[in-house]
Amino acid sequence: MTLLAAWYDIRDLSNAVTHLLEWVGDWGPSWLVYVLSAVIGGAAIFGFAAAGALINSWIERRAIGRFQARLGPNRVGPFGLLQPFADVLKLMLKEPLFPRLLERWLFVLAPIVVFIPAVMVFGVFPFGPGMTFVDLNVGVVYVLAISSLGVIAVFMAGWSSANKFSLISAMRVVAMLVSYEVPMVLALLGVVVFAGTMSLSGIVVWQQQYHVWIIVLQPLAAAIYLIAGTTELNRTPTDIAEAESELVAGYHTEYSGMRFALFYAVELVNALAVSAVAASLFLGGWWLFGLDRWLPGWLIFIGKVYAVYGLLIWLRGTLPRLRIDQLLAFAWKFLLPLAMANVIVTAFEVVIWVEYDLSAGVVLPLFAIVNVALAAVLIGGWAKLMSYRFERLPKRALLVHDIAVPATSTPMSTEQV
Amino acid sequence: MADVHSEPFVINLGPQHPSTHGVFRMRLTLDGERVLDMDMTVGYLHRSTEKLAEERTYIQNIPFTDRMDYLSAMTNNLAYCLAAEKLLGIEAPERAQYLRVIMSELQRLANHAMAIGAFANDCGAWQTPLMYMFREREKILDLFEMTCGARLTTNYVRIGGVSFDVPPEFVPAMTALLAEMPRRIEEYASLLTENEILLARARDVGVLSAADAIDCAVSGPMLRASGVAWDLRKAEPYCVYDRMDFDIPIGVNGDCYDRMVVRLEEMRQSVRILEQALAQMPQGPVKINVPLAVRPPVGEAYARVESPKGELGFYLVSDGGPTPYRFKIRSPSYINLTPLKQMMVGHNVADAVIILGSIDIVLGEVDR
Repeated sequence: MTLLAAWYDIRDLSNAVTHLLEWVGDWGPSWLVYVLSAVIGGAAIFGFAAAGALINSWIERRAIGRFQARLGPNRVGPFGLLQPFADVLKLMLKEPLFPRLLERWLFVLAPIVVFIPAVMVFGVFPFGPGMTFVDLNVGVVYVLAISSLGVIAVFMAGWSSANKFSLISAMRVVAMLVSYEVPMVLALLGVVVFAGTMSLSGIVVWQQQYHVWIIVLQPLAAAIYLIAGTTELNRTPTDIAEAESELVAGYHTEYSGMRFALFYAVELVNALAVSAVAASLFLGGWWLFGLDRWLPGWLIFIGKVYAVYGLLIWLRGTLPRLRIDQLLAFAWKFLLPLAMANVIVTAFEVVIWVEYDLSAGVVLPLFAIVNVALAAVLIGGWAKLMSYRFERLPKRALLVHDIAVPATSTPMSTEQV
Repeated sequence: MADVHSEPFVINLGPQHPSTHGVFRMRLTLDGERVLDMDMTVGYLHRSTEKLAEERTYIQNIPFTDRMDYLSAMTNNLAYCLAAEKLLGIEAPERAQYLRVIMSELQRLANHAMAIGAFANDCGAWQTPLMYMFREREKILDLFEMTCGARLTTNYVRIGGVSFDVPPEFVPAMTALLAEMPRRIEEYASLLTENEILLARARDVGVLSAADAIDCAVSGPMLRASGVAWDLRKAEPYCVYDRMDFDIPIGVNGDCYDRMVVRLEEMRQSVRILEQALAQMPQGPVKINVPLAVRPPVGEAYARVESPKGELGFYLVSDGGPTPYRFKIRSPSYINLTPLKQMMVGHNVADAVIILGSIDIVLGEVDR
């Protein structure tokens, strides 16, 4: 970076902080700079996550309301905007209940354990050029590792509740998350192989450099990531962990008050995290075909995050839930082979690109066409294969106009008596 | 893995559970997620209707029937009044007969909307189909409200007719609803029947063969989904159903999915019946006068109708007094629960919930 922009330049919100830190560095000890940067960055990340949870709960309820031909919350404040605050207030005032049989320590610890990784994930997201709290060079691995920590907390909650519904839910969550981790990692591997870096901002820069969104080059990986990501979120097509109609509320059945609120908030924050990963890895992050010169990068990024989040809400408003065995079979029989095929094809493409030293302008459109065609064929073919067993029976009832009526029954004959 | 020690465990699904449709209780013995055994407990909503009815006059008993199947009160009223009329040897005027058919079919639309929506909810569709169905159900309940002032517990059908004639604004409102309904039903069909996830969940789950269905005395959409063409509106036409032209939908596989599509198709057929009934309805009185404390002659009568849930029958015995000597209800919800265990064992917990949902029970009617 050559020259710092002015501190009030809102195109990059980190300018002000950088100016502040430089000013402190001029007169203060160096440890103070470190501490200050950690505190400010941490507060910003935490604030983003907390505000995200509040805003998302409003957006989600309003949007789902529209999907369901009703209004959604609209009483508290203009357009119901203050509803999340009313909810939080209500949950804070509620009495925390402790059923007699539960494992108290695990029970109390679980909501905290689930909340911390959910916030920590946000540390590596590139909100704009240079606007990353920690620009890890292994950002993708970090995201995967941290986001899978939540399963421990969910299992803690389910186990410690001493509730059979919670226990079943906890078993389901472990089976499901372990299964979906594998295709998810393989899907992201395809992206990493293409971009040649694991840093999230590095991948965004790669997309900017070659003027392409990776979703075009890796449509299969994007689809697999979206499905696996949705699964990890416990949202409706795959909300078998909560499964309101089966398991009451799943692993957080016994929680009340703020402890319940933390679980609820984590779901919304995680939805934001999955959308953010999808936005930065597949949709070009803060880069938008040159428009990022006029618009602040963080605004573009957040716009893309909420576009993906809108898709998640749409899925939630439309689809019924899968059964646990169907869900696991889907991961191992459908997503995993697709993800492997994707990695192999991608690896071949990159080897060809590097070995023959071809120009990106020629290769990338070619790869894009090949990969989109491959994704269409594989997904379409596999879907055909899976829906095969439903096609044997008609999907409409048969119609009968006249029915056979047996002759009027006679009084019981003497033999029967 | 041979030395892993595992044992079945028991969970109580209900009486307080989001998807038991009331206070129904299932005691499931599970091996992991698989159902090994199921015991059901009914009676949490028992209100002793049959005994109470013996202390009240024939006309005072009509409101009790509202509170049995509170989602289809009209057909309950109708079945009881038909039994009482049989006992008295009277018949309602023709306009009343048409009004009864119209109300029964509107009630069937409302009930099936609720049944399919709740079934989709049990499948985990997070309220969306249910809310869509509620949109149309509201309009039907509005029609009830403008006719008799009540939306759910209508208390509309009387012995010897119906309580009120429809108001002048009823016919335009109903015509508008009928014009809209086919489009809405297609909307539900496209949302539900082509859904891969719903197919995967409901196809081949809770299969009930035709022979088993007959053995268990199952009736209504559940029987028809098993492939048995039986409908009291055709087999034993009451009111003016013999003048209506309609088809009976039957399923092929007898699974939860078939029960849903049979209900969807019945909604289409109900719209057909409603259009015909509205066109044919004559003018005239809607009620013949029956004394308040009517004393039927000594005797017994059984009348049955095709309620949205199945065969609803009332068996009345009169000893010549102003109150029935015996008041017996053959409620479809309760009898349709008979094959529940048979359908459920071997499936998952998630399936157990949707199998129960596909039967379409109302606990007010199961426990009476």
